[in-house]
Amino acid sequence: MMDSFIQLILTLDMSIRLSVVLLLACLAGLFSERSGIVDIGLEGKMLVAAFFAAAGAYETGSAWVGVLAGCAASLVFSMIHGLASITYRGNQLISGVAINFLASGMTVVLGNAWYRKGGQTPTLSGDARFHDITLPFAEALSDVPVLGPIYSDLLSGHKPLVYLAFLIVPLSWWVLYRTRFGLRLRAVGENPASVDTAGISVVKLRYQALIITGILCGIAGAYLSTAQAAGFGKEMTAGRGYIALAALIFAKWRPWYAMGACLLFGLLEAISNLYPSINIFGLVTIPVQFTQALPYILTVVILAGFVGKAIPPRAGGEPYVKEQ
Amino acid sequence: MDKMPRWADVFLVPFINLCLAFMVSGLVVLAIGENPFDAIYFMVKGALGSTSGIGYTLYYATNYIFTGLAVAVAFHARLFNIGGEGQAIVAGIGVAVVLLLFNWPHWMLALPFAIIGGGSFGALWAAIPAYLQAKRGSHIVITTIMFNFIGAALIGYLLNGILKNPSSQNAETRAFGPGAHLPTAHEILAPLGIEFSKSAPLNIAFILALICAVLVWVLIWRTRLGFQIRAFGQNEDAAKYAGISAVKITIIAMLISGALAGMLAVNVVMGEQERLIKEFVEGAGFVGIAVALMGRSHPFGIVLAALLFGMLTQGGFELLWEMPTVSKELVLVIQALIILFTGALDNMVRDPVERIFLRLRKGRS
Repeated sequence: MMDSFIQLILTLDMSIRLSVVLLLACLAGLFSERSGIVDIGLEGKMLVAAFFAAAGAYETGSAWVGVLAGCAASLVFSMIHGLASITYRGNQLISGVAINFLASGMTVVLGNAWYRKGGQTPTLSGDARFHDITLPFAEALSDVPVLGPIYSDLLSGHKPLVYLAFLIVPLSWWVLYRTRFGLRLRAVGENPASVDTAGISVVKLRYQALIITGILCGIAGAYLSTAQAAGFGKEMTAGRGYIALAALIFAKWRPWYAMGACLLFGLLEAISNLYPSINIFGLVTIPVQFTQALPYILTVVILAGFVGKAIPPRAGGEPYVKEQ
Repeated sequence: MDKMPRWADVFLVPFINLCLAFMVSGLVVLAIGENPFDAIYFMVKGALGSTSGIGYTLYYATNYIFTGLAVAVAFHARLFNIGGEGQAIVAGIGVAVVLLLFNWPHWMLALPFAIIGGGSFGALWAAIPAYLQAKRGSHIVITTIMFNFIGAALIGYLLNGILKNPSSQNAETRAFGPGAHLPTAHEILAPLGIEFSKSAPLNIAFILALICAVLVWVLIWRTRLGFQIRAFGQNEDAAKYAGISAVKITIIAMLISGALAGMLAVNVVMGEQERLIKEFVEGAGFVGIAVALMGRSHPFGIVLAALLFGMLTQGGFELLWEMPTVSKELVLVIQALIILFTGALDNMVRDPVERIFLRLRKGRS
């Protein structure tokens, strides 16, 4: 009984760690999509951020500098997306795909030229990586039954970016639903013409949304390479940007639900990491490949709308052209 | 009246876009400390400098014609199929199963069945996302990407399980046997007295690719179904009003798209590897997107764009030998920039060009 409880805590702890990247990417997508810009390029922005974060952290020896470098790189990519989809009214899906390819090519080309490790960055150690934070009294309370392990093992002992990510959830909610900027942002994703009529610049609002998206993707990528792993690896985002988009649809473009959806996907990834081959009553062994594909399969199932109707922001994906 | 002449629309604008993409790529080469002009020289020499180079270039071009056509057919119905990669992987399983099932006496007999095997498996892998999009409203871009990952897991499972060659260490099937060997360019051209490289994997599937290009042209512009696909892509509501079923067009367009992507397996699995290995698609499914965009979804443009990307791929491999700091992903960067400039930033060039033509016309009248 006690064993399975510890096992459960361990699984949930890993779910939290793994859901952080998804959560940050999902919130990034939330801001962009709420403003009417579809962003398939979350994946690429995270990847390029992960690379520059690892490179920045390695060169300066500081993980926080890495985060800044990652955010800067991700911002540049986000602005390219803005240029294509806002200023030049291009196809937002195509722009996103281009950004993803650019990221997966560029990171390896630069990484290989700089470090000669087949696209990887050198392993980060010391302050170039984020360390776990122990919450107050975690040591003292660890012996308390049930609640002790939940507090000291599950909630305490994560990297600072984990707590940051979960703080961004209420912050996003507040910005979206309690500020004038949030109201305008939601309006511009539903009906840009009315926002324009009110004398507010659609272009400026959408660029502002993409700046937020860029920064959040930057933190997500930096977490991946300086906290979750110790350095950058080729294609290390492994489709998480797309899974985050699915989580966003699952969450129906709302911050708190996004957290729930991302925790669920994190749990799935944790299960596939911790229990690669599950044996059912000694009869059937589920193959490794199946558990690895599980997050992707679940994404398809969720998108197929077995979760109720999800209505996206109405102006999503369409460039806004001012009436002449 | 059009804002600019047709030649400017079809050739000039894409050409300027392409030049911009190459210029930025040149900057990337410069950034990693190499000379971009040397890089161009090595790439062109590597791609066209020998019959071996030409053979590889056309072999890669064959793949890109298939995947480019696949993306284009879906584009005409305004569907964005990013799943060419996964569809080709699963088609590889289909081709391998057909070729392993019998001891084929001659390639002429084996080829049609391999085409059916690969085509149907590829079509199936596209049909599920199509059905989910048409019936359940799930986003086809995300589902097809997910099916790429699931397809990779599936082939990994099969190659480590029932399809695995027990006498090999690697995750691969046994060889298909001599009866399934497709004639290579060397074998076809030698009786004609033309000396062609023996090592190049160019094979008869290149002809198949050209036939597919013609068939796609006939389908899109000369048949009722093609008209329905284009009408649906232009204006979904109008098409529905005209009695065209959205579900039917979505599924049929994706079936054709998946089957075309699946033809890649005929070229690679049957034509070159002659056994099924895990990573045989090597991103060709994604190159198809760039090819379709550059070729403006027209089969003729796609063949030209595929030749260009074939040169880039083969030239890129040769470049690795000459410039050790360059990695093969440079081709991916170039490809991404081409997608960016011809696909997403098209108006950046189009608007000023249009303005120039308008001014010229005003000046004349």
